[in-house]
Amino acid sequence: MTFLERVRSVRTGPLCAAGIDMLQVNLGYRCNMACKHCHIMAGPARKEVMNADTVSAVLEVLHENRIRTLDITGGAPELNPDFGRLVSESRKMGRHVIVRTNLTVFFEEGMGHLPGFFDEHSVELIASFPYYSETEVDRVRGKGAFEKSIRALGRLNGLGYGNGLSGKRLNLVYNPPGAFLAPPQATLEEDFKSELNRRYDVYFDNLYTFSNVPVGRFREFLVRSGNMGKYMEKLACAFNPETLEGLMCRHLISVDWKGMIYDCDFNQILGLHAGDVPYHILDFDRERLSHRTISVGDHCYACTAGQGST
Amino acid sequence: MREYYREEDLDRFGEVGKHNPELFRKFMTWYNSALEPGSLTKREKVLIGLAVAHTVQCPYCIDAYTKSCLEEGLGLDHITEAVHVASAVRGGASLIHGIQAHNAVDRLAL
Repeated sequence: MTFLERVRSVRTGPLCAAGIDMLQVNLGYRCNMACKHCHIMAGPARKEVMNADTVSAVLEVLHENRIRTLDITGGAPELNPDFGRLVSESRKMGRHVIVRTNLTVFFEEGMGHLPGFFDEHSVELIASFPYYSETEVDRVRGKGAFEKSIRALGRLNGLGYGNGLSGKRLNLVYNPPGAFLAPPQATLEEDFKSELNRRYDVYFDNLYTFSNVPVGRFREFLVRSGNMGKYMEKLACAFNPETLEGLMCRHLISVDWKGMIYDCDFNQILGLHAGDVPYHILDFDRERLSHRTISVGDHCYACTAGQGST
Repeated sequence: MREYYREEDLDRFGEVGKHNPELFRKFMTWYNSALEPGSLTKREKVLIGLAVAHTVQCPYCIDAYTKSCLEEGLGLDHITEAVHVASAVRGGASLIHGIQAHNAVDRLAL
């Protein structure tokens, strides 16, 4: 059964947005890393980067609309030359700013100021961190990634991040490092906290467990390894209708590096535009976008599996 | 005997019940109940399953329980330790029979 059919079997009417609480902006696909599971297929060679005019258009939308949260992602969004302006201007407007960081970018040339910058602007950080041991992390993210990530966490902890304080939220994201589903979030969070503290004396606030969406490099891996069929079957079997109400796509819009509007980051990569609504940030129409029909595909099973991934 | 154990055969497990559905149903009910969290967590149970899978050297069980371990958030460290426990107990079980050999020598030798 397709995802669309499954949704129709448990609710009347299509999946629609329920407002816009968050503006998620992808500043580009350039990244200092090239992780094996990256749905963006980000990497150092990618040239797609949001330009200054589009960043200004995003700021204009934030200025004109009472959208509570700006969620900045990439690639490594910090590598965009207008990253600092986007963060500081949004904070001046009183918006809550979340940055999805890979942590290792702190050690790139000219990026050493980032922990202090985040602290100064009370940015909430959501950091990719696939596991609490070096073998698993370096296998997915490249050699040396784990050691750098631990050092980055240490620097953030030194600034008070990850200690339960508002304005210094530091959350980690676990994606299963392979063709299997994530364990229950609470159990794994307990493990991450105790192991990272015991082994490396670093800490964080919350762990989010997300199932990998079969898009980008992860999809390529599934096909190459012969795991695609079984993985999709597993996702579909784990479909939980209770996750539908809280799906992230119902509460945000996603803007790509060109300023095009999508329902989520994954639809962005698949080129699956939001339903019958303006496609570009310059044509932003909050009222229409707030009630749009969400474009869905079978990849959406990843967000509705088990306890959900939002 | 090429490909004696085929990966896709695991999905055909239900066919074993074809000639005696009632016994198979009872087995599956018991099996699933045994794996439910109780005094032991799901995680502890799948680690036991993995260790036993290595002891009985069932390729299907090894694949299935390795995947279950990963889905419980366990990593290569945990998996490897569990296999060592299984191997150590199995090795020890052989070694303790050295006493039987010694006893036999005592019975037979002058």
